[in-house]
Amino acid sequence: MNSNTYLESSSPHIHQGISTKSIMRDVIIALLPALVASIIVFKIRALIIVVLSVVSCVLGELLWQKTFKQKVTIDDLSAVVTGILLAFSLPPSVPYYIPVIGGIFAIIIVKQIFGGIGKNFLNPALASRAFLMATWPAVMTKWTLDGISTATPLELLNNASPNLPSLWEVFIGYTGGSIGETSALALIIGGIYLLYRNVITWEIPVSYIGSVFLLSFLFCNTGTPFIFALYEIFAGGLLLGAIYMATDYTTSPVTKKGKFIMGIGCGVLTFLFRTIGQTAEGVCYSILIMNLFVPMIERHTIPRTFGEVK
Amino acid sequence: MNTLTFKNGVHPPYNKELTENKPVTKLLPKEKAVFLMQQHTGAICQPIVKKGDRVLVGQVIADAVASMSAPIHSSISGEVVDIREIPYAEGAHIPAIIIKNDHQYEEYNPIHNLLDYKELSREHIIDIIHKAGIVGMGGAAFPTYIKLNPSNYKKIDSIILNGCECEPYITCDYKLMLNEPIKIVKGLNIILHLFPNAKGYIGIEDNKKEAISAIEKAINDIGASDKIEIKILETKYPQGSEKQLIYAILGREVPIGKLPADIGCIVQNVATSYAIYEAVAYRTPLISRIVTVTGDAIANPQDFWVKLGTPFQDLIDAAGGFIKKPVKIISGGPMMGITMPNTNIPITKATTAILCLTEDAAPIFEEENCIRCGRCVRVCPMNLLPLYLDKFGRRNDIERFEKINGTSCIECGCCAYVCPSYIRIVNSIRKAKRNITANNNIKG
Repeated sequence: MNSNTYLESSSPHIHQGISTKSIMRDVIIALLPALVASIIVFKIRALIIVVLSVVSCVLGELLWQKTFKQKVTIDDLSAVVTGILLAFSLPPSVPYYIPVIGGIFAIIIVKQIFGGIGKNFLNPALASRAFLMATWPAVMTKWTLDGISTATPLELLNNASPNLPSLWEVFIGYTGGSIGETSALALIIGGIYLLYRNVITWEIPVSYIGSVFLLSFLFCNTGTPFIFALYEIFAGGLLLGAIYMATDYTTSPVTKKGKFIMGIGCGVLTFLFRTIGQTAEGVCYSILIMNLFVPMIERHTIPRTFGEVK
Repeated sequence: MNTLTFKNGVHPPYNKELTENKPVTKLLPKEKAVFLMQQHTGAICQPIVKKGDRVLVGQVIADAVASMSAPIHSSISGEVVDIREIPYAEGAHIPAIIIKNDHQYEEYNPIHNLLDYKELSREHIIDIIHKAGIVGMGGAAFPTYIKLNPSNYKKIDSIILNGCECEPYITCDYKLMLNEPIKIVKGLNIILHLFPNAKGYIGIEDNKKEAISAIEKAINDIGASDKIEIKILETKYPQGSEKQLIYAILGREVPIGKLPADIGCIVQNVATSYAIYEAVAYRTPLISRIVTVTGDAIANPQDFWVKLGTPFQDLIDAAGGFIKKPVKIISGGPMMGITMPNTNIPITKATTAILCLTEDAAPIFEEENCIRCGRCVRVCPMNLLPLYLDKFGRRNDIERFEKINGTSCIECGCCAYVCPSYIRIVNSIRKAKRNITANNNIKG
């Protein structure tokens, strides 16, 4: 008689092998081309800011979880992603205390207080950037390129300035702006990787970028509409926001219809911020506002169950 | 030919190469056979033999008077040595009749006249199927005679034989299609005889090329191609789920709370069709089946044609025993199979496979926070929101669970298979569904 007893557990008994950690690792890989571009454009300073931000995020999470005797989750790499995204949204000339304070704010105030990964209702990197903007507005809007003060392409575009860089320069990324947002090419390469790896789906980036393009094209106030619309999507933080931030799992809808609403909502708001607001940007606040609508969007976009007769 | 399928689902590694090219070995039980009194969905059976009785092959040893049940026949001849409860999955104890094998295989009813089903009435055929103890052999074990007797039988226009076998590792239906294609198709002919207005379909996934040609040949050989059509389906899990299969072949959705018969179709497993043919043509009750013994812990994985009641251990021994230490003994496949506490558990009518997995193949993870990645939503073949069903299920928020159609969950396991946080979504959904069923029963 065999009296061995075996483990009893609920099905399924096999797993695909994709973990939170492997997903976050893919996001980091996807952000590497933009990191390289930022170091080429803004030199070593860009790297220092990224490192400071990442270290602050990871240490912030570690300290919080140790203090409150929670399971330490820094090895899921999500704090690293937050750190990179925060640094990417900062001007390269910020003093070094900015990424440190920003990183700690993102992780403790925006993420851990609400219960950690999966529980926050705002994107930590963006909420922290908004906090930094409100607290240190001067350093947060000071743009430099090669050590010389400059304006961002969007500001130049709004002012119809003759110094506007060419579309190609904007696409490649040799322009003023936040650390990670300058190279549209690098961001698109990373986005394609994320789509290929099934880390993100196309609905939010395409509907977000598409609606900004369409609105800019339709309501163009300077130059040819097509060129103007291309500037609007390649310049500024739109690609960084649409590909890497509006798609943040925790703060975007899980339903397909919801993703379109999220993307279009972000697009419309970004366009309004850029045209009606006094700021040339608008991606950060647009996504944060849409974050707040996510629970409501999900409630109203529950997909039709197979066999459901309405 | 383009392959048909359903929406969403997953592509797990199939691991069928462990057994698919090996012959089926006939295996007789060693010293005993054990018959669980619950082998089907429905009322539990009562023993009608007692300790000390000698029983014969094919003799009814347990039955139930309830409206939803199937009698149980002995698969061997020998003495009833005990009737007691034996430990089963999930801490349950199920009464069982234990028969000592006298190795004579003396038959209870040795007359096996080939009968022409065309001369039998509908009621008569259904009665034969009932008395043969036939239940769905794909795993769900629903009594077949009930499924074949819907009140609107004249409105049934499609009979689908399920030869998908979408669960990884399992090859028992594949082997049956290779070895007995004629009897499977003839079984379908008998079912079609019960439904005067129906057409027959046999659905097979496109990774089973040899089975497709064997069944195709059988359809032509018996001249049934005018009323039976083979349908090739995409290899995707859970293609063999009843609702997903109907959708793939007919484009119809079974409405929530309704049965396939309500939309004019009935699905039977290929092994059930074979059993129907054996019962109607030869009066042979359901006492044997093919079982796949496989997994990375098994020395020589293969399929066995085995008597019902044979203990798992007999089959594991015949497959060379363990080469690595298994952590789980699973009855069925890795996606929906049920873990068994030990290897004394016997083969039942619906045991498709004994899957013995090591920790490498069936790793145990700690659950983490849901990161709302939405992967569960994207793979759910029922188009549900598994992350919310899990949340409501855990909170016992039955109202909201039911509002987003949690009871429609088919427990296929796609959501938990892809969950990067290793959340046991199916487990909490299953518990919530059971609570709902229990509450409804109390309400009466």
